[in-house]
Amino acid sequence: MSELETHHGEEPHIVSPKIYVLIAATLLICTALTVAASYLELGPWNAVVALGIAVFKATLVVLFFMHIKYSSKLMKLTVFAGLFTFLALVGMSMSDYISRAWGSF
Amino acid sequence: MSSIVSLPDQTTARIPKRNYLTNENGILSWLLTGDHKRIAMLYLISITFFFFIGGALAGLIRLELLTPQSDLMATDTYNKVFSMHGIIMIFLFLVPSVPATLGNFLIPIMVGAKDLAFPKINLLSWYLYLAGGSLTLWAMINGGVDTGWTFTTPLSTHYVNTNVVTTGLAIFVAGFSSIFTGLNFIVTIHRMRAPGMTWFKLPLFVWSHYAASILMVLGTPVLAIAIVLVLLERTIGIGVFDPTKGGDPILFQHLFWFYSHPAVYIMILPGMGVISEVISTFSRKRVFGYSAVAFSSVAIAVFGFFVWEHHMFIMGVSNYSTLVFSLLTMLVAVPSSIKIFNWAFTLYKGSITFETPMLYAFGFMGLFTIGGLTGVFLGASGTDIHLTETYFIVAHFHFVMVGGMLMAFLAGIHFWWPKMTGRMYPEKISQLAAVVTFIGFNFTFFPQFLLGMLGMPRRYAAYPPEFQVLNVFSTAGATILGVGYLLPMIYLVWSLKYGKIAGANPWQATGLEWQIQSPPLTENFVEIPVVTQDAYDYEWLERQKEHEVTQVG
Ligand code: HEM
Ligand SMILES: [Cu+2]
Repeated sequence: MSELETHHGEEPHIVSPKIYVLIAATLLICTALTVAASYLELGPWNAVVALGIAVFKATLVVLFFMHIKYSSKLMKLTVFAGLFTFLALVGMSMSDYISRAWGSF
Repeated sequence: MSSIVSLPDQTTARIPKRNYLTNENGILSWLLTGDHKRIAMLYLISITFFFFIGGALAGLIRLELLTPQSDLMATDTYNKVFSMHGIIMIFLFLVPSVPATLGNFLIPIMVGAKDLAFPKINLLSWYLYLAGGSLTLWAMINGGVDTGWTFTTPLSTHYVNTNVVTTGLAIFVAGFSSIFTGLNFIVTIHRMRAPGMTWFKLPLFVWSHYAASILMVLGTPVLAIAIVLVLLERTIGIGVFDPTKGGDPILFQHLFWFYSHPAVYIMILPGMGVISEVISTFSRKRVFGYSAVAFSSVAIAVFGFFVWEHHMFIMGVSNYSTLVFSLLTMLVAVPSSIKIFNWAFTLYKGSITFETPMLYAFGFMGLFTIGGLTGVFLGASGTDIHLTETYFIVAHFHFVMVGGMLMAFLAGIHFWWPKMTGRMYPEKISQLAAVVTFIGFNFTFFPQFLLGMLGMPRRYAAYPPEFQVLNVFSTAGATILGVGYLLPMIYLVWSLKYGKIAGANPWQATGLEWQIQSPPLTENFVEIPVVTQDAYDYEWLERQKEHEVTQVG
């Protein structure tokens, strides 16, 4: 392990407590928003709104609490690889689901 | 026949007293080791064990298919036998075969490091593998599972009464062992290369393991999720795959094949790495088009995620998406053929010798080409509708997995045996074994292409009598193949005591692993090497030797 650190010792970026508090507050507000939105009658859009807020929150957590915003390009690429794979899974599966009924009306 | 083997004088040569095998003694020094080389050996023993269980099950399948009736065993027993065969061979043998043994042993040495980045996680990976393996065996003893290795819904969730939950858990656990191996390789290759070891000086073995590791880390979690969903569906009926609850059984196949198509590349890529090393060494030439071969591994890893639906063309997916996936499947064959062509050009005007690893590598090239090209037939959705779920599929994937990967595994085991154990395997009998394997393989699996074209479906214990002749051929071939696999088991164990002393570099190969003693020291290198030479630089090797001679003189 020590070898890892000495080889590529990047200066650890120190995030100020102010930012942490700000992000935590935003997350709480978003949670309240999710609850509020669930009372609106939006039909299928309820799920979309809830997921949208959740994605926004997850992004904040990854960027700030997990320090990706301040990390090396390689770390960003690693996170992006996971995201890319997930999008490939959902997107390409959708190519089946959206077109399954085409031509059968 | 000429040979490049150069062994030290057998009357005076000794295995170095201090090496990773003798460094510490006692069973605990093995079970608690962090040494990547010892963990590789633990893995080698374990996967060999599972290979022979899987092989015994294969023997039972072929015996049953000797006659058209289902007479050796009941039809539901047959279902269990082929399911357990597939599960054991794929998840417990092929996936870890080369990476967890040769990869574990060699990658740190090849990049010039003393160990993998996370030795304890490496050990944990072996324990997870054992846990998964034991759970599978336990499920097998308690009645087995009969869903096929694909756990297809709704069969696995609604209709069978066998050990789906236990086996599913076993695969889930074994999956994490493969994620940990991949993670370890990625971090090691990124961060622990010796000074001067740039990406383009890495042996192609390392590149192909890097690509396979990406697939392991990104793909395996999806398999884990898919299996967990099946288990939840079975136990508490959550309904994601159940149409009566608004679910979709085909969703399972999307998730499963999203992992399992990349998984076929997890299985083959490390083998391709072995072939690159072997072909270069035994034709004394740098691999032709080094960077094309390196990047084709990465291309396989990326494209591999975009073709999975070719396993589902007849399952009720949309015609339009079939069209898209059929076209994308054609793409994925391109990087594989880049490799085959580059290996062929490497041979061109090389000084070729025919030691055992090279014979296996030739076997790989021929059989993998046939396997890959028949994959293109299957990727074309039109022909696939005729051929899918027939013996053609069985022949296709056995050509790539057994003809390809198993040959590559054996090539690698023979090639690095002197490094791992310090002793040579016996050359003549092992050449014989390689040839026997090749002949047996073709007898076993070529008839299955014909059977598939004629319409014999896979996964049934009985078949119409007109298919018997080809099935008898196939079973006869399997017995030859069995001999081909038993021979190495015997003579490799024999060689541990009686083999000739190999010395550091019996093949005159250029990799860093050949520049250190065999078997290596626990810390691999006395001092971390500074790398100035390219991979496969045989002139550099000559200069090194001259240098040594003048120094001694
Ligand atoms: C080189 C390009 C390849 C192509 C284009 C290709 C294409 C295909 C296609 C289209 C199928 C589905 C057939 C069907 O179910 O109707 C298939 C099945 C399969 N392939 Fe390949 N393949 C390739 C290489 C490989 C490799 C390298 C491996 C493994 C090392 C492999 C292992 C398998 C397996 C295990 C199945 C059957 C899965 C099952 O249904 O049990 N293939 N292949
Ligand atoms: Cu596939």
